[in-house]
Amino acid sequence: MSAVAEAQAEHAAPAPAARPQVQIVPVKGLPIVALVLVGVVIAIARDARWGLVFCHVVGGGLWTAIDLFVGFVVGPIIGRMSIPARIEFSTRFMPKMLLLMPTIVTMTLAAGFQLARQDGFLDTSDPTHGWVVASFCVVGVMAVIALAYLEPANVAVLFELKKPEPDGRVIEKLMKRFVYTAGITGVMQVATLIIMTRLVSP
Amino acid sequence: MSAHAGAADSLVDRKLPPVTEIGAASMIAIAVGLIYNASYLPKHAQTGVAVAILVVAAALQLVNALLLVRLREFAWARFRQVAGWSLLAYAVIAGMIEYAFVYDHTRGTQLVILTLMLALFMLNVPVLIAFTVTRYQRV
Repeated sequence: MSAVAEAQAEHAAPAPAARPQVQIVPVKGLPIVALVLVGVVIAIARDARWGLVFCHVVGGGLWTAIDLFVGFVVGPIIGRMSIPARIEFSTRFMPKMLLLMPTIVTMTLAAGFQLARQDGFLDTSDPTHGWVVASFCVVGVMAVIALAYLEPANVAVLFELKKPEPDGRVIEKLMKRFVYTAGITGVMQVATLIIMTRLVSP
Repeated sequence: MSAHAGAADSLVDRKLPPVTEIGAASMIAIAVGLIYNASYLPKHAQTGVAVAILVVAAALQLVNALLLVRLREFAWARFRQVAGWSLLAYAVIAGMIEYAFVYDHTRGTQLVILTLMLALFMLNVPVLIAFTVTRYQRV
């Protein structure tokens, strides 16, 4: 090696830390998603009470807990992280959320609607019907926020992270949107808890 | 990563039509329509109100489609890729909801209106996801 080349090598900047590979949709999780959705369809088709209660309670519990935890615990922490730390966190966190949340939401809502039908809550003359409609409204608000703002931001962050040189400002903007919308859905989940506990209390 | 160094040519400041906002408004109309209809099940909600909501949701999506086709300098290949896969995912979700409606003996006009609302929902979400992704892609 020539003296010039040696000098250049000595002063060369250290190689940037390798970023983890970004997989937008975790393909390994798809069979589990399919299994859950098939399970929900079977529970509906058979009017299987236990299956519907299981899907609704487990799904609803996970949905509420994840929304509250992400909205009030993880979200504010992400908001205070440096951009490289956000990138590191998002690379591992966002793909999982992309599969997890739509599956849990579909499972909870489909099973919940059937339970409401079985229990007569959908009947307009039922005294609890108003609470069921209130729960529809809460779900409607969450659906608009999640589908119009939160999920698109989630997917867009992953596409940005896949680029050879992600734009920090884009990630910052999209993560801010994610943190705010997660906070709003967290608040809506408090309303869900009130409505659901009121529904099953005689 | 170009944290702030590339701020001058960052796509954050790119000016594009309000596709997300209009899509969100359409989503609100769909949610209102579905809640209005579902809150009357298994009886029938007033058809006129349901159709009016459906028309508003469809009109907003039509405006979005017109705004999108007029876009130049847009990474259409990425848009189609993201919209296509999202459409597949939301077709499965919409299919499950439709199955539940049919299973619960929803019939006639009520089923037609709910199916059309589900179709609008199924088309709207992929557009919103694909637009948000593509607005930050270089052509």
